[in-house]
Amino acid sequence: MSTMRIARLVAAKDLRIEWNSRVFVNQVLPFAGVTMVIFAFALDADSILQRVAPGLVWLATMFSMLVLVQRSFAIETADGALDALRVAGVDPMAIYLGKAVALGVQLLILEVVLLFAAVILYGQTIPADGGVLLVITLISATCGLAAVGTLYGGLAAGFTGRETLLPLLTFPAVAPVLIGATRAVEAALGTAGAVVSDGWPWVGLLAVFAVAFGVGGALAFGPLIDE
Amino acid sequence: MSVVDLDDAVAVLGQFPALAGATLRVEEGEIVLLRGPNGAGKTTLLRLCAGLLPLVRGSGSVLGLDLTVHRESIRRTVGLLGHQNGLYLDLTVAENVHFWGATVGASDAEMQAAMQRLDVAGRLATVGVSKLSAGQKRRTSLACLIARRAQLWLLDEPHAGLDASARDELDETLRQAARSGATILMASHELERAGSLATRTVDVIAGRVHEVMP
Repeated sequence: MSTMRIARLVAAKDLRIEWNSRVFVNQVLPFAGVTMVIFAFALDADSILQRVAPGLVWLATMFSMLVLVQRSFAIETADGALDALRVAGVDPMAIYLGKAVALGVQLLILEVVLLFAAVILYGQTIPADGGVLLVITLISATCGLAAVGTLYGGLAAGFTGRETLLPLLTFPAVAPVLIGATRAVEAALGTAGAVVSDGWPWVGLLAVFAVAFGVGGALAFGPLIDE
Repeated sequence: MSVVDLDDAVAVLGQFPALAGATLRVEEGEIVLLRGPNGAGKTTLLRLCAGLLPLVRGSGSVLGLDLTVHRESIRRTVGLLGHQNGLYLDLTVAENVHFWGATVGASDAEMQAAMQRLDVAGRLATVGVSKLSAGQKRRTSLACLIARRAQLWLLDEPHAGLDASARDELDETLRQAARSGATILMASHELERAGSLATRTVDVIAGRVHEVMP
């Protein structure tokens, strides 16, 4: 079986589990929504909220990502399935890629929902001329977040106290995504006088980050879960 | 050709030689019981045969594959079942069997046959694994082993956590599997039950294997 075929199987299995359990719909999306509402309470004034909306969307994405990553590896460790995959000689690179794709799909849905939440709650507008930049930013940032989240999720899965270890490992690593994605979305939405052309260099940063962590994660995942 | 062929095999856990020169041969269709006190090396022996531990000294092969060079290939041909079942609790029985079978390219017919053989087809197939009893989970797990074409079953305390009727079901399943050509190597502290199931018993003491005369 090729790496890509196994990766597709793993991704389909993870998405099937989410479909069956409805944890993403019933728990993660409401958690992300509540986070956006809490931000609104804390910052209150509409003018401030509109100015910082892109950053708040990505902060809420990252908080929710932690829940998704914990969940992604909890399903593997609850009955020893990750060990069973390892024992069965299933290619670790395929496991990594499959789990990253499933996480990425969920993150992308989450980000779209959060953008609409920013429109509704913060009065944010989405101009048509920033549409392409916005879509490419979402995709490239999602790839980076999924790559980092899956790598550190796999690393933390073998440790006691993984719930507290995961944010400690993940947040410093995804800081470049938070910065790059926030600036690119500000440019796409025209926040604080930013123009669309300002956003493309940040998309470049996001793409480089996604490729670096994607390749590094795929190579390092096997030794990490073996440990 | 023996299914398992170890000659003076040494495997270490950290610096500790958990297997200190084990010699063992297991033939196709045998059910071999490993018995011995805790820490004697039974689980290490199973993990070595599963290709999870390197062979430090001596020689060994599993299903004709050399343990020093083909550990990855060995992993794909053996099934190791420990205290956990290796199942996805939010998937149904059929979804679990299909996932594990698909990892080796098994056909739908093979997967269906595996479920029927373990009596988890039909009504049980669409039930979520989290809703199954311990015995049903164990049967599902064995169906997954069959679906992914494991030729050597390595079972570590297979009766643990099962009630009396589930243990009887498991024993019958293992006998049937052995009759169908599967080879089973199991470690157990339940000597009476496992002993009556096994075709041969060996003692593992201080990392060495000693044949028990019938």
